[in-house]
Amino acid sequence: MGSLAAQRRRSSLNAWIFVSPFVLTFGVFGLIPLVSSLVMSFTDLKARDIRNPLNVDFVGFDNFVTVLTDETFQRALLNTLIFVAIGVPTTLFIALVLAVMLNSVGPRLATFFRVGYYTPVITTIVAVAIVWRIMYQNTGVFNTILGWFGVTGPNWLSDPNTALLAITIMAIWRNIGVSMVIFLAGLQGIPSDVHEAAALDGVNAAQKFFRITIPLMMPTILLNAILVTTGHMQFFDEPFVMTEGGPLDSTTSVALQVYNQFKYGNYSVGAAGAYVLFALIGILAIVQFRFFRQRT
Amino acid sequence: MTTVERRATAGASAAVSRRRLRPIRWGNLIILAILAVGLAATILPFVWMVLGSFKSNAELLARPITWWPQAPTLDNFKAWFFEFDILRPFLNSVIVALVTVFATLLLSSMVGWALAKMNFPGKRAITVVVLATLFVPGIVMLIPQFVLVANLGMVNTYWGLILPGMVGAFGVFLMRQFMLEIPDALLDAARIDGAGDFRIFFQIVLPLCKAPLATLAIFTFMGSWNGFVWPLIIAQDDSMYTLPVSLALFSAESGGHGTDFGLQMAGSFLIVIPVLVLFVAMQRHFIQGITMTGIK
Repeated sequence: MGSLAAQRRRSSLNAWIFVSPFVLTFGVFGLIPLVSSLVMSFTDLKARDIRNPLNVDFVGFDNFVTVLTDETFQRALLNTLIFVAIGVPTTLFIALVLAVMLNSVGPRLATFFRVGYYTPVITTIVAVAIVWRIMYQNTGVFNTILGWFGVTGPNWLSDPNTALLAITIMAIWRNIGVSMVIFLAGLQGIPSDVHEAAALDGVNAAQKFFRITIPLMMPTILLNAILVTTGHMQFFDEPFVMTEGGPLDSTTSVALQVYNQFKYGNYSVGAAGAYVLFALIGILAIVQFRFFRQRT
Repeated sequence: MTTVERRATAGASAAVSRRRLRPIRWGNLIILAILAVGLAATILPFVWMVLGSFKSNAELLARPITWWPQAPTLDNFKAWFFEFDILRPFLNSVIVALVTVFATLLLSSMVGWALAKMNFPGKRAITVVVLATLFVPGIVMLIPQFVLVANLGMVNTYWGLILPGMVGAFGVFLMRQFMLEIPDALLDAARIDGAGDFRIFFQIVLPLCKAPLATLAIFTFMGSWNGFVWPLIIAQDDSMYTLPVSLALFSAESGGHGTDFGLQMAGSFLIVIPVLVLFVAMQRHFIQGITMTGIK
């Protein structure tokens, strides 16, 4: 019996040897920052206080009040929500339609198209933003193409009325690939007898899509909706590289405002802003979960 | 359903599609046409980028725009190599990406293994805490991680660029999920033959995990190669810039070469090539990774 206990002790020791490299790194560079940023958001920590933390005082909810009453932050919040409200449903709809189409062509063609549609996802956002910024110029590629159809395009990124839309379109282009691949996996899980039954009943393509595919795909749609929403709520790179939040704050986002507070040295306000965003993401995920669960 | 029955249904459905051969083929043509148009729109920015990198800046500024380079030139690429020394940021990106990939594979598979198949005190707590951080937005970690790295004196060092990138919960999750499926009988057999925990891990488990390791390697490489915000705040001068930072600062409208479109296109092209090659060569593992976990 004694040897069994010793053996068990040795095996837990071995287990800890396996986990300790990650746990240590994770503790230092993951957990400490996570907890300290929550604490930070209730203090008045600024960049100059990093080396003497004794100057830092607790200020209660002041930073959260600052964040929620600041006009630029409110504008950023509105922009982020508009970006989510337009970008997420459009991305999901196009991705689902493409996935259904891809699911109906042969495997070789499907692979070919899948690679093509996925390419924007793997490309550095910096390169994407640079190329799109040039394409969005007043007399650039997009407006030239619109001109072929007799449409006079706006000055996309320089006009406060269209800049956010321009960035949203780019984000849709960039995110379709991921959702599409997840949808494809979901579609392949639908048993083929369902389609056969539908074919025998003479159901047309539109009916099949809305009455059979969408209801059966609800769990995958939920997963995708939460993933895409969470990603969109954090949108940052696109305005950062393309517009720096302008013109007139029309493309600034919550994450960009957090970054700006960091840049100005207002660490505690930035941390509070980040937690506001975190909370909103959590709430949206719960709302979506409830909404979809009622429908399945 | 028995195999015979399944075959019978398959035969019946083949008969159904044979009867409706003509309309189905027309439908397929329409689907292919839509997919092709979508694909063209998806790769348009890449085509424009590649073509643009061979144009002079004068040609890119000229209106109306030209599609095919009128006077193809390699000047943009030459400038990147000889004038702007792209090799230094390239080398930094390679170092950061390779170390991050190697460390992530090793740490994630070790901890994933212990969490999947070993029993030890603290296992539940580690599992819950690590998986919970899967959902923390990156922006929440940005400021406190910077404060931490600054306090450790790691700003503008490779350590500062690499260490915070190693704590991703995604790898742990991926490896644990895969390792849970490894049959216990195999491990017991190895144990009876006298293999210890470490021998089992390195000689039996890791060779079985080639697929998830490949997936994790690709995703980690891509994340590191494309990573932008963290290197932007940690790298403070040319010696530590990674490619995306270098390119973004180069292209900044204020203080950069914001109007040198030819150079920006060529720089974007150069930065995209490695991930593009990797992606096309290993696209199967990308797709597996997404469908396995639902996360890009």
